Amino acid sequence: MTTVFGVPLAAILGQMMLGLVNGAFYALLSLGLAVIFGLLGVVNFAHGAFYMLGAFAAYIGLASFGVNYWWALLLAPLAVGLVGIAMERLLLRHLYQVEPVYGLLLTFGIALIAEGVMRSQFGASGKSYPVPPLLQGGLNLGFMVLPVYRAWVILASLIVCGATWLLIERTRLGSRLRAATENAKLVQAFGINVPLLVMFTYGAGVALAALAGVLAAPVVQVSPLMGSELVIVVFAVVVIGGMGSIIGAIVSGLMLGLIEGLTKVIYPEASNIVVFVIMAVVLIWRPAGLFGKEQ
Amino acid sequence: MTRKSIIVALGALLGLSAASQASAAADQVVIGDIDDMSGVYADVLGQAGFDAIDMAIHDFGGTVLGKKIMVLSVDHQNKPDIGASKFREWADQNGLTMVLGGSNTGVSIAMSKVAAAKKIAFIAVGAGGASLTGVDCTPYTVHYAYDTTALGNGTASAIVKQGGKTWFFVTADYAFGTQLQEAATKVVLANGGKVLGAVRAPLGSTDYSSFLLQAQASGAQVLGLANAGTDFSNSLKAANEFGITKTMKPAALLAFLTDIHALTLQTAQGLYLTTAFYWDLNDQTRAFAKRFFAKVKRMPTMDQAGYYSATTQYLNAVKAVGSTDSDKVMAQLKKTKINDMFTTGGYVRADGLMVHPMYVMQVKTPAESKYPWDYYKVVKVLTGEEADGSQSDQSCPMIKR
Amino acid sequence: MRAQIAVYGVLAAVALIAPFLGLYPVFLMKILCFAMFACAFNLLLGFTKMLSFGHAAYFGASAYVTGWLVTVQGWGTIAGILGGVAVALLLGLVIGAIAVRRQGIYFAMITLALGQLVFFVCLQANFTGGENGLQGIPRGTLLGVIGLGNDRIMYYFVFAVFAAVYVLIRRIVHSPFGQVLRAIRANEPRAISLGYKVDRYKLVAFVLSASLSGLAGSLKALVLGFVTLSDVSQTNSGEVILMTLLGGSGTFLGPLIGANVVVTLQEYLSDLVGAWVSVIIGAIFVVCVLVFRRGFVGEIQRIFAQRAR
Repeated sequence: MTTVFGVPLAAILGQMMLGLVNGAFYALLSLGLAVIFGLLGVVNFAHGAFYMLGAFAAYIGLASFGVNYWWALLLAPLAVGLVGIAMERLLLRHLYQVEPVYGLLLTFGIALIAEGVMRSQFGASGKSYPVPPLLQGGLNLGFMVLPVYRAWVILASLIVCGATWLLIERTRLGSRLRAATENAKLVQAFGINVPLLVMFTYGAGVALAALAGVLAAPVVQVSPLMGSELVIVVFAVVVIGGMGSIIGAIVSGLMLGLIEGLTKVIYPEASNIVVFVIMAVVLIWRPAGLFGKEQ
Repeated sequence: MTRKSIIVALGALLGLSAASQASAAADQVVIGDIDDMSGVYADVLGQAGFDAIDMAIHDFGGTVLGKKIMVLSVDHQNKPDIGASKFREWADQNGLTMVLGGSNTGVSIAMSKVAAAKKIAFIAVGAGGASLTGVDCTPYTVHYAYDTTALGNGTASAIVKQGGKTWFFVTADYAFGTQLQEAATKVVLANGGKVLGAVRAPLGSTDYSSFLLQAQASGAQVLGLANAGTDFSNSLKAANEFGITKTMKPAALLAFLTDIHALTLQTAQGLYLTTAFYWDLNDQTRAFAKRFFAKVKRMPTMDQAGYYSATTQYLNAVKAVGSTDSDKVMAQLKKTKINDMFTTGGYVRADGLMVHPMYVMQVKTPAESKYPWDYYKVVKVLTGEEADGSQSDQSCPMIKR
Repeated sequence: MRAQIAVYGVLAAVALIAPFLGLYPVFLMKILCFAMFACAFNLLLGFTKMLSFGHAAYFGASAYVTGWLVTVQGWGTIAGILGGVAVALLLGLVIGAIAVRRQGIYFAMITLALGQLVFFVCLQANFTGGENGLQGIPRGTLLGVIGLGNDRIMYYFVFAVFAAVYVLIRRIVHSPFGQVLRAIRANEPRAISLGYKVDRYKLVAFVLSASLSGLAGSLKALVLGFVTLSDVSQTNSGEVILMTLLGGSGTFLGPLIGANVVVTLQEYLSDLVGAWVSVIIGAIFVVCVLVFRRGFVGEIQRIFAQRAR
């Protein structure tokens, strides 16, 4: 067995592979957060709750309506995105004139409500969501058996992240979004309906979270608590990448997943906190984040 | 006027806490049920456990010593602070006479300390940690259904003797997991085996992939799953997904009927497990199970049957001594021979452990199973002494050397 | 002025005779500990406008340290409390130094993440007992003389500490130091242009808040006799924010009222409705943030000010 620093190579590669899968989730979730923060200046604490709602939408869809996984990938983000839009319209909108911390507190309260409602209906332990038949089985990579489903997660996340980046950086809609981020009044003066743009952007960010939830459902079991601890790690990832930066979110998400995986093999006790430690270091050395711009 | 209204308003707000008064019912016998109702162990005991207590009270007649029997129930959510606070509150405010509960060793240890401080009988059913009658023993604790020592002597012993010499543990990171791992390790080493390593997984983890890869990397023959409830079913499922069960034999150190039901025989077949009770063992168990099924629509697990039995034995003891004073009741319980639907030849040892026979079972293959819930076949019967040793645990401070 | 004295007089009187009114002393002490936590938090949120989202870290860390010192190391009660507060102070210094460099939302996120780091350290560390927590913490004695095991005696001790902390916070806010903090709250760039080393003031406020939060945590550990991961969790951080906001941030009595309401609600609701407690707490948060930002005492003060016109 070849070893690196006394740890078998197979073990390192295996954990890094799993780390890449986690990183794919981090990237998708931080992407949604970065998009929302970039345009609305709102730190969406409810992001973890929408991720959880996406997973539950898939679970309930299957259990009660026979909606299969592939349809769920499309419908769950749409459904949860609509909920997000409703939330923005009815609640969040009133807080744009006040300090941003209130937006954070509002989304925090919403997260508590969503979690509490789901917990009272479904209990705290996870519900099983089956891997779709097409994606069952494992790939023998030599150093480990990688379930086909996890390989799919990596692929799907990369595609969605790539598509979102393209949309924001390379299309006209994206350029309007970016302009509205910098100077909303001016963009409004040009005749673009900024409030509508803001509403749909929030919906889109939330839909991204819900999509991550559907992807996660067969892997981590659907539970009302699945979003709450994850969201804090995702915040740290976004801070590391730079709060409004799309590319920062994607790259940091993937990178941090890999680093976490590596830590699990080399120094497992620190694997929970390595992301936060890195965040503290990045903040001291480069306060705006790796890809962020100084404000 | 406004000043007065402020004072009144503030006083009223403070007065909210005044409403924390609760009635101490002098004319009732109050039994507390503190359990995991919604989390990892909710199916093992949970709401159905409460139903079992209800059945027992009903079968007993609903009153004892002329007093009505009341049950208070709360979900401890696997948090020691909730379990301990509720126990203390019910003791101080509600005239509590006995607590049934646990299903989480950490919470049960915290509750046993309150039991000792408040001098109230505490019957731990569902928690596994042997320390409840060891280092954490109290004069008021009875450890009823099973403990980690018995599990080690049952399941671990069966697997080691079959050739599973090298082990790697995936352990739930709290008192139960640690003690179960210790008990199994003792048995493995005593039988000439070796433990190649262990990894701790937080209680309630759902993604076991990285822990299992570590297990695989160790090259051990046996995957020791020192966890329970949904932790156990999730880790077993993941082990299958990652092809780990092809190279390692899974050891289900604690598994309940509800886990096997959730996993299905297809996934769980061939597993060894140790239990004190199985619904299909004999006519008495079947009779109880039928009535339980009519109420709950599921067959009873060892813990749920344990709740029924413990409640009945407690009420019998109260009747026999003519009082709910816990010192007297505990003395009575330690004199009683327990022969009921739960077990035969059971007795409560000085350190609080209810010693009784344990069964090593193997999960049937789908072909072998002839009717719903027909899941186990008996492989070995251990007497109480074989399962838990004949003497009280030397680490219990109560026991004089 | 007269109104204030009247209000405090009534409150103090009620508090002093409370144990004899048949109220459950342990529950009252729990309220006092959380009220202390909320007052300390308010020093930061209400008077300096810094939203720390991970404040449970100081409350919980101090609780764990005090619990450990008193059980495993056999220290005396007062020494144990001081040990815990010292750790909370250091923790506040380290985290504060990192966080204070950014403002507003960024500050909140950083304190959130670092608070979570403290949570995970507490989860892994051996001395905290992880998921099992620290149990059976003895109350010990006050300077070796007065046994604190009796609930009523302990109540008066906790009340005395709470009163002292309350008075201390008032003095801090009304001192020249406090005035600079309020200037920073009102307009930070102007304070900087006036030559104040704003970051240093903010850090001192942060450390003070963390230490007093630690004191609250240590007392709670002794009152209830155990410390668990809930004390250092994100949920606890969220709850202290709610208590302060609901009661009225930037007021003195606000956090006390807020703590009373939240702790009482949880006690009641958990018996009746189980998981719906989070929903109700979340709903209160949402309503508060949308239409009740001044909190109970803040609204009362506003009504008062309008009447005065």
